[in-house]
Amino acid sequence: MNALALYGRYCATSIRGQFSYAGMLATMTFGQFFITIIEFLGVWALFKRFDHIAGWTLGEVALFYGLVSVSFAIGDTVTRGFDVFGSAFVRTGAFDRLLLRPRSLTLQLLGYELRLTRVGRMAQGAGIFAWGAAVTHFAFTPAAVAILAFAIIGGVAMFSGLFVMQATLAFWTVESLEAVNIFTYGGEAAAQYPMNVYAGWFRNFLTFVVPVGCVTYLPMLAAMGRSDPLGAPDWILPLAPLAGFAFLGVALFIWRFGVRHYTSTGS
Amino acid sequence: MSALTPYLTVFTGRLEVTLQYRAAAFAGFITQCWFGVIRILIFAAFYAGGAHNAPMTLANAITYTWLGQAFLAFLPWNADPDVTEMVRSGAIAYERVRPVDTYAWWYMRALAWSVARVLPRAALMVAFASVLLPLVGLGEWGLPPPPTLAAAGLFALSAVGMVLLSAAITLIINVLMTAMLTDRGPNTLVAPIVNLFSGAIVPLAFFPDAVRPWLRAQPIAGLVDIPFSIYFGGLSGWAAAGAIALQFGWTAVLILIGRAWLERSLRRLVVQGG
Repeated sequence: MNALALYGRYCATSIRGQFSYAGMLATMTFGQFFITIIEFLGVWALFKRFDHIAGWTLGEVALFYGLVSVSFAIGDTVTRGFDVFGSAFVRTGAFDRLLLRPRSLTLQLLGYELRLTRVGRMAQGAGIFAWGAAVTHFAFTPAAVAILAFAIIGGVAMFSGLFVMQATLAFWTVESLEAVNIFTYGGEAAAQYPMNVYAGWFRNFLTFVVPVGCVTYLPMLAAMGRSDPLGAPDWILPLAPLAGFAFLGVALFIWRFGVRHYTSTGS
Repeated sequence: MSALTPYLTVFTGRLEVTLQYRAAAFAGFITQCWFGVIRILIFAAFYAGGAHNAPMTLANAITYTWLGQAFLAFLPWNADPDVTEMVRSGAIAYERVRPVDTYAWWYMRALAWSVARVLPRAALMVAFASVLLPLVGLGEWGLPPPPTLAAAGLFALSAVGMVLLSAAITLIINVLMTAMLTDRGPNTLVAPIVNLFSGAIVPLAFFPDAVRPWLRAQPIAGLVDIPFSIYFGGLSGWAAAGAIALQFGWTAVLILIGRAWLERSLRRLVVQGG
């Protein structure tokens, strides 16, 4: 069986498992939808008091907000195995079993769980995006749609890279490190607003170190047909999501290093 | 041994145990600093574009944000994890055998749990935002002391109310969890409500004028908005006294509801497992 078919089998099993608790799945999915809708109410309230933020209207911010929510939700859905890696695999010693199987570790961890409750978050992100697109008369040209799709895939790669790095740290810390949340959830929270609202040091960090700006802000500008108010050249905007793939590549490289240095905790 | 001894013992015991988790406290502090910075930068960008309509100054919004991050662990997002584990494992049966009032027993546990998580985080946050930031010349981005002695005194009183209210809401979530036999549903639904109505996402003063009085009057405002507005002087004098009275009043109401409801659901409880 090839890797893709095996991954499909993993996903199907995970989905069947989650549907056997259908009531719980529905509650949690609705909860994810509800929690993020309520967060957006906060943004809405601020725009009632202030006319704009660094020149952006609420509708425009909704586009940024929706894009990062969708990317993050998908990344969080597929990389659940890496997210809980420390507590579920290293501490328990379950990682030893994965090492014995004649399949790639990445595949097995991706197959650990396809977290369906995140569909609620994705739906909310898509909803906010659609609303923003309607009020700002966003032009869904083929080029814009292609850029958005590329941005989402790049964003999923970048957030997955963060979860892989979090898992790698667990080889040394044993537990899943909560502090990595500042880059995963914190990265998502920061990218809900366009990057030019932030102070320079913070913006540079979010562009060059954890490149969340490259998979949200820059391609979104390209999709809107705008130039970067901070002066990034126009040609770079639609290509910026490549940084997300590069980030994932670095994360996987560090992950391999971690795997080679893994010492079992025993069981 | 007085009648109160078991409750004090469970309080100090849980306090000491929870205080052991130093790495968790430090991780929480780092996370809360980071989110504080994001929020403050967003506020700063909003204010830079014209603040004629803003209900408070940027300095006050910054103060509010740091306080919110320092006291974040007082937000009752979850059922008490120990009680959840008891319900899951069936150990809750032992709780029924103890010659103590279950509500008071759980209340003291919840109180110790939140206080022990907040104390180290808040101390680190104050050291960072009130001492370190001014020392490196970023004082305007830091957490200043309350403007007057009266504000400090009223805040201290309101902070006590905040702690008591937080535990009362945790107990309501415990009861929900005990009735549903799982914490996942209640935890998922309660957290967003608490975040919005407490003023943790955005100070309640920023919401439209038409709904503001209602937002201030509901019980959850006492978790964040009332104490922090008192701290920077946004609520003072009789308005502050009224808000504190409301805070304590709601706490008493929630304790009475939680206690009656807990008794009822424990009577119907079917213990699982063996």
